[in-house]
Amino acid sequence: MKKPLSNKINWFKGVLLGVPSLWLAVFLFLPLMLILKMSFAEAILAQPPFTALLNWGEGLLPELNISFFSYALLIEDNYYIGALLQSLTLATIATSCTLLIALPMVLAMIKMPNKWQNIFLILVILPFWTSFLIRVYSWKILLRNDGFINQILLYFGLINDPLPMLYSQFAVLIGIVYSYLPFMILPLFAGLKKLDYALVEAAEDLGAKPLTIFFRVILPLIYPSIIAGIILVFIPATGEFVIPDLLGGSDSLLIGKLIWIEFFNNRDWPTASAIALILLILFALPLLILNKFTRKSQKWQDLV
Amino acid sequence: MKKLKFSLIFGYAFLYLPILVLIAYSFNDSDRVMLFTHFSTRWYAALWQDAELIGAALLSFKIAAISASFSVLIGLCAGMVLHRYSQFRGRTLFVGLLAVPIILPEIILGLCLLLLFIASHDLLGLPSIRGSLTISIAHITLALGYVTIIILASLNRNLQELDEAAADLGASAFTIFWRITLPLLRPALASGWLLSFMLSLDDLIVASFVSGPGAKTLPMLIFSKIRFGVNPEINAVSSLLILVTILILSIYLLFVRKKAK
Repeated sequence: MKKPLSNKINWFKGVLLGVPSLWLAVFLFLPLMLILKMSFAEAILAQPPFTALLNWGEGLLPELNISFFSYALLIEDNYYIGALLQSLTLATIATSCTLLIALPMVLAMIKMPNKWQNIFLILVILPFWTSFLIRVYSWKILLRNDGFINQILLYFGLINDPLPMLYSQFAVLIGIVYSYLPFMILPLFAGLKKLDYALVEAAEDLGAKPLTIFFRVILPLIYPSIIAGIILVFIPATGEFVIPDLLGGSDSLLIGKLIWIEFFNNRDWPTASAIALILLILFALPLLILNKFTRKSQKWQDLV
Repeated sequence: MKKLKFSLIFGYAFLYLPILVLIAYSFNDSDRVMLFTHFSTRWYAALWQDAELIGAALLSFKIAAISASFSVLIGLCAGMVLHRYSQFRGRTLFVGLLAVPIILPEIILGLCLLLLFIASHDLLGLPSIRGSLTISIAHITLALGYVTIIILASLNRNLQELDEAAADLGASAFTIFWRITLPLLRPALASGWLLSFMLSLDDLIVASFVSGPGAKTLPMLIFSKIRFGVNPEINAVSSLLILVTILILSIYLLFVRKKAK
C-alpha cells in the first residue's frame, strides 16, 4: 500500500491518471456504449445503414426510437442460436484438445534442467509471435487435396485417393488447437514452475503411483493456471473469424464469422452489434464471477 | 516418462511442421504451388516488383511503430498510476477497461471502434478519412492492456521502496521518475514496445473494420490473396515475416532479457 509521496506531485498524478483514463473513456468506453445504442436501431437501406435512436421531429422533445428488431431476430431465427451453439461446442472441444496436448508437454518440460527449459519455452514463444494469419494459412498448404499431408500419404500408398480435409469442421478444429496451443502451454508452465517439487517427491517416496500424484498433488495445486489457460483459449476461440473463414467449409457458420457477414456482406449493423453485445455479456459474466472467486482464494497479482 | 517424452516430440512437431512446410514451399519453382519441382528464389525476386505488397508492408510497419510508441507512453502512465495509488475513485473500472481488449474477441473491438469513428465523423467531421490514423488508434487500444501489465509487473518487481527512499531524501516526483523509475523500467518498456509492435503487425480483424478504402495493411492484403486459395508469392512473404519475427525475438532475448538479469 503506497501513499502519495507529497502534495506537490498532484499535477504529476493528474497526468498519470488523466492520459490513460481519457484514452480508455474515448476509445473504449464510448465505443462500447455506441454498440449498445446501435443494437437498438433498425437496419435500413441508406447511408448510414441504420435508423437514428433520437428523432428530432415536430415537437419540442426528441422522439425516442428504440427497436428490439435485432434482438427479436436473434431469438426467433434458429440460424443465430445454431451458430452460437456450434461456436461454443467447437470452442469446448478445441480447448479440451489444447489442454490434453499441453499438459503432458509441460509435465515433460518441467523435469528438464533449467537451460533446456528455457530453450523449449522459447520454441513455444516463437510461433506465438509469428503472424497468426500465416500460421493458419500454412494449414491450407498441409490439408489441401493436393497438399502436403495427402501427398505424403499417397506417396507411401496409405491411401488411394486424397482425403478431403480442408474446408471442414475438422480443419477448423486443427486450426484453433494449433493457433491457441501456446496460450495454454505458457500459463500451465508458469503454474507448474511455481509448484514446490518437493511435494511431488514426497508423494513418490510414499509410494504413490504417477497418476495418483498427478490427480491428487499436481492438479489441485495448478488448477488456477489451468483455468487461466482455458479462458485464454476458449474465449478467443469462440469469437474466432479468421480460422473458420480460411479453413472451414460453407457449413461452418461460427458466431465470429456471422458478425463479419452481417456487417460487411448484409450491411445489417444493428444485428451485428446485437450479436457482439450478447457475446460480450456471455464472456464478461463468467469472468466477473471467476474474478471474485480468485480474488478471494489468492491475491491476484495486486491487479484488481 | 516415455509417454511424456513422446508427447513433447508430438507437440513440437505439431507446432513446427506447418511453418517448416510453408518455408520449404516458398522455395518451390513451380507455379502450381503444391508440386515441388525444384529449388528457386524466384518468388522472393517477384516480391520486389510487387508495388502493392511493398506499399502495404511499409504502411503496416509505420502503423506498428506509431501504435507501439504511443501504447508504451500511455501504458507507462497507467502502470505508474496503478503501482503508486492503490486507491483512487474508479480504479476497478480503470482496470476492467484495460482488460477488455485482452479478453474481448477482436471482431467486437473492431466493430465498436468503427462505430465510434463513424459517429465522430458525423458529429465533428473527424477523422476526415479512415486509414492509418484510425488503425493506429485502434491498435493502441488493443495493445494498451498488455503493455500496462508488463510495466506494472516490472514496477512491482523492481521499484520496491526505492521511490519512497528517494522521496524521503527530498527528490521531487519528476526527479524520481526520471532518475530512478525510468532507468529501472527500460527492459519492460522495450518488451512492451515489441509486443505492441507485433500485435499491430499481426492484426487483421480490427484493421479491416476501422480502415477506409485507401489503406490496406499487410495482413489485409495477405488475407485477400489467400482467402480462396494458396499463392506462391504469399509463401515467400510469409517466410520473410517469420524470419523478421525470429530476428526480433533474438534481439529481444539477447539484449533486453540479458540486461534485465
